[in-house]
Amino acid sequence: MNRIDSREPQGDALTLPAPFLRWFGEKGWQPRAHQLELLARTEAGESTLLIAPTGAGKTLAGFLPSLVDLTHRGKVPPGSAFVGIHTLYISPLKALAVDIERNLMKPVGEMGLPVRIENRTGDTPTAKRQRQKLNPPDILLTTPEQLALLLANGEASRFFKDLRYVIFDELHSLVTSKRGHLLSLGLARLRRLAPGLQTIGLSATVADPMDLQRWLASQEPDARNHAGLVQVQGGAKPKISILKTEEHVPWAGHSARYAIPDVYAAIKEHGTTLLFVNTRSQAELLFQELWTNNDDNLPIALHHGSLDVAQRRKVEAAMAENRLRAVVATSTLDLGIDWGDVDLVVHVGAPKGASRLAQRIGRANHRMDEPSKAILVPANRFEVMECQAALDANYVGAQDTPPVGKGALDVLAQHVLGMACAAPFNPLDLYAEITSASPYAALAWETFERVVDFVATGGYALKTYERYARIRKTKDGLYRVSNPLVAQQYRLNVGTIVESPMLNVRMVKRNQRGSLGRGGMALGKVEEYFLEMLSQGDTFMFSGKVLRFEGIRENECLVSQAFSFDPKVPSYAGGKFPLSTYLAQQVRKMLADPARRAPLPEQVRDWLSLQKDVSMLPREDELLIETFPRGSKHYMVIYAFEGRLAHQTLGMLLTRRLDRAGLKPLGFVATDYSLAVWALDDLGTTFELRRGALAELFDEDMLGDDLEAWLNESFLLKRTFRNCAVIAGLIDQRHPGKEKTGRQVTVSADLIYDVLHAHEPDHLLLEATRNDAATGLLDIARLGDMLKRIKGHITHRRLDRISPLAVPVMLEIGKEMIQGEAQDFLLSEAADDLILEAMGGLDVE
Amino acid sequence: MHRLAHTLSAPATAPLLHAQTTINSVAAICDPLGGLYLPETGTLVVSDLHLEKGSAFARRGMLLPPYDTLATLRVLEAAIARHNPKLVISLGDNFHDRVGSAVMPDAFRHMIAAMALGREWIWINGNHDPDGAFGLPGASMDELNHAGLVFRHEPKRGEAIGEIAGHLHPAATVVRREKAVRRACFATDGTRMLMPAFGVTTGGLDLRHRAMTGLFDRNKLVAHMLGRDRIYSVRFANLIA
Repeated sequence: MNRIDSREPQGDALTLPAPFLRWFGEKGWQPRAHQLELLARTEAGESTLLIAPTGAGKTLAGFLPSLVDLTHRGKVPPGSAFVGIHTLYISPLKALAVDIERNLMKPVGEMGLPVRIENRTGDTPTAKRQRQKLNPPDILLTTPEQLALLLANGEASRFFKDLRYVIFDELHSLVTSKRGHLLSLGLARLRRLAPGLQTIGLSATVADPMDLQRWLASQEPDARNHAGLVQVQGGAKPKISILKTEEHVPWAGHSARYAIPDVYAAIKEHGTTLLFVNTRSQAELLFQELWTNNDDNLPIALHHGSLDVAQRRKVEAAMAENRLRAVVATSTLDLGIDWGDVDLVVHVGAPKGASRLAQRIGRANHRMDEPSKAILVPANRFEVMECQAALDANYVGAQDTPPVGKGALDVLAQHVLGMACAAPFNPLDLYAEITSASPYAALAWETFERVVDFVATGGYALKTYERYARIRKTKDGLYRVSNPLVAQQYRLNVGTIVESPMLNVRMVKRNQRGSLGRGGMALGKVEEYFLEMLSQGDTFMFSGKVLRFEGIRENECLVSQAFSFDPKVPSYAGGKFPLSTYLAQQVRKMLADPARRAPLPEQVRDWLSLQKDVSMLPREDELLIETFPRGSKHYMVIYAFEGRLAHQTLGMLLTRRLDRAGLKPLGFVATDYSLAVWALDDLGTTFELRRGALAELFDEDMLGDDLEAWLNESFLLKRTFRNCAVIAGLIDQRHPGKEKTGRQVTVSADLIYDVLHAHEPDHLLLEATRNDAATGLLDIARLGDMLKRIKGHITHRRLDRISPLAVPVMLEIGKEMIQGEAQDFLLSEAADDLILEAMGGLDVE
Repeated sequence: MHRLAHTLSAPATAPLLHAQTTINSVAAICDPLGGLYLPETGTLVVSDLHLEKGSAFARRGMLLPPYDTLATLRVLEAAIARHNPKLVISLGDNFHDRVGSAVMPDAFRHMIAAMALGREWIWINGNHDPDGAFGLPGASMDELNHAGLVFRHEPKRGEAIGEIAGHLHPAATVVRREKAVRRACFATDGTRMLMPAFGVTTGGLDLRHRAMTGLFDRNKLVAHMLGRDRIYSVRFANLIA
């Protein structure tokens, strides 16, 4: 693997055709070494992964081989036979495809290259799509979903027969999701249609480049092939600091309200500031707080995924034209859209992952050789440690991007149906093709057969749907779709992004008669479950405004302006990342090692040394468990540092076990760092009296029967099932002519889950659901690793009162309740009202 | 998973909590399995079974699991075993579509025949299955007047007194501490009763929905919500605290 310094001049720049050299000359630029390296490798026939930081000219590098090749080829003379597309560019975002078209057209125009570039997204008009099929451009810029649609078309083989290059932008963000799985299958099909094609992957720095290199290459049963690698070292090291403040850093919470004056001062000192937060509710809160303090009326804007597209575009445009001083944003801005000049990145709340922090900081300053500047603002004391860990990681260049993972079965089902829509398939050929995609390289033939059976008749043990089969094996051994409606259904439902039930939020006014007007401004979308708990007149915060809930009309949530600064319902959650394994490990090291604690602010160090005095600070490999009484209850705090999702799962399983042991657990609450469980019985005394009781409690076998039993009633699993069922095509998101609302999908998916689980627990879709849950919402894999790690390393401290380290999680109690188990509790509470009313002699009749 | 759990596991050890109420002065018991039992006449009422819903979807290209009919019938078996009624009234939308009762596999037909043995059975026609039930014991009709009550599928506006109806799949949402829980329910104001949908893959419509307005005196309306082993009775005004 060559590691190349981007500034080092390269001798054989002469491989570039004349128009390119002239253009670079006119601009007074030099082609960068990695751009030429990538070109040389590609021309030598190699598929290649380019890893480079933002601002390194990655996009031009990616397109250079294609542009050079097209320049050599020249324009296709009129009247020639049909020529398919030459280069396909895939980006994770629609907006990015459009952005790239603009950025690429400029140099292509200036060089006068004979190249036609067009994009194709969900917004492309039908007429243009039709024309593109008849008369394809040389370079097509598109998204994974559009590629799947093109491939499911009967004319795919003609359209892609001349394909030379496929460029994947932001590959690191694409491959870890189900979209990446679908895309890998699409690439496998492209390779069959155009056996000579080469791939070019563009990526930010990742933990394991080989994962991506394999993804780009065709896998064979006896050979793990991989693409080449060109890696550009980062430019200047970013200047990152943790906010220095005179204020008291709170014990718990995520608002970082204490830091607002300091953050505002930083905004004033810099030209343009990007403020990143982890959740939409944090974004709303920070935005409101900043405006409360905005004495100078600085133009500060808000940008998150739930806001209306038109509003987001406005903010993006204003940002690109440098008309804003600050933007508060969530992960919607993580990806590489060109944002103009950013002078400072402020990260409010802990970044949760070292690579995520590096990528967000990369948004500041697109000139690679100048250092980016960033300030981290921890919202509580544990976050101070986490921020310090992320800062250290950034300094040493540590990466914690997730691995590519095994290909999902629901995605495979969708792909198999798509391939049947394109042309009748031979199962043996399709299996060989699918296993050439790296996420599916280990797919067993039996599993593939089950997937095909699922696509055909639902895959049920009770074979009653043969006559309703969507695809059928005919005499020639090929599977074909049973009727054209199947293909129509497939096209409407392609993709792996399952929308959670959302309603439009529309601002309306009351007229003189007091009835609601129509047609106000759309503010964005909000989850339906959030609205279910609102009554008319309740106020909540959204889009930077305090709104009054007026009601729901058809599929819209109507709101009016509220004249209040104190919303009744604070806000709604959404988009919370768990703490990465790497950062968790660093925080554990920090607790264990006094030298690593030295850079922390004084108030945090004081807090930790107090903890050392009254209890202890655990060693890195040690699991500290504290027990103490408080009020009439007994508490157990577990400092596992494995992220909120794994802690929630652990909490569920521990309460089950404690219950069985007769210790009367009452509840639990989880944070990213620790887990608190409380009970009526004295947990501390029990653990002390019976040695081994704790080790038994934390034994790995909890991931066996207990997990199984809990999963069966878990509401989280149903949510996962719904996504799998939609992706796999069991439930349609869209029907021809009418769109099913998200709510309808939710209701029926839950009920289908119950019935299927009761009668066929081994069904393919339930297997896919469990696979998803293990790494997703329940983080079982991570919990399993932890239980292994702590075996024999559990230290119990029995205290007579709460310890300093326990305060943060104890403050969370009451803020959170767990779905599912708590539901019947709520119902009985409501029913008790009626009983109380009756007992009180109130008039019930 | 609530009622479905009964078809799989042994009955829970906790005592069952039914809710007692009256409709037009006729005593009635709301069973957590979703059936209404009228002790004076030994009548069990169920509504909106939507049998063969899975296969109805499969016929249209969505291959939902073929187990819903069996699951619903198992719950019905449990309800019949518990009350041993003289008469069973199924209040319409007994099948998910017109052809449902004709295409239903024989095994399920036998299950129903066994349940109907030694008692009377009335199939009220619904909007999904207006043509009646084919090849099954009992009689099909559009409406039934019986013992001071009138049984029909769709509630009729202006004719509330003593009406037992289905069709709307009533559900209620309880909100406490900013959390919402939604369950199917029996809805009654003492004059009329709307039955919860009995089929295991049927959804619900909230009592606050437009379609429900005008059907009840909301001051007297109580939602008897279906829990795992008990009914939770909540006054309409108290649903949202």
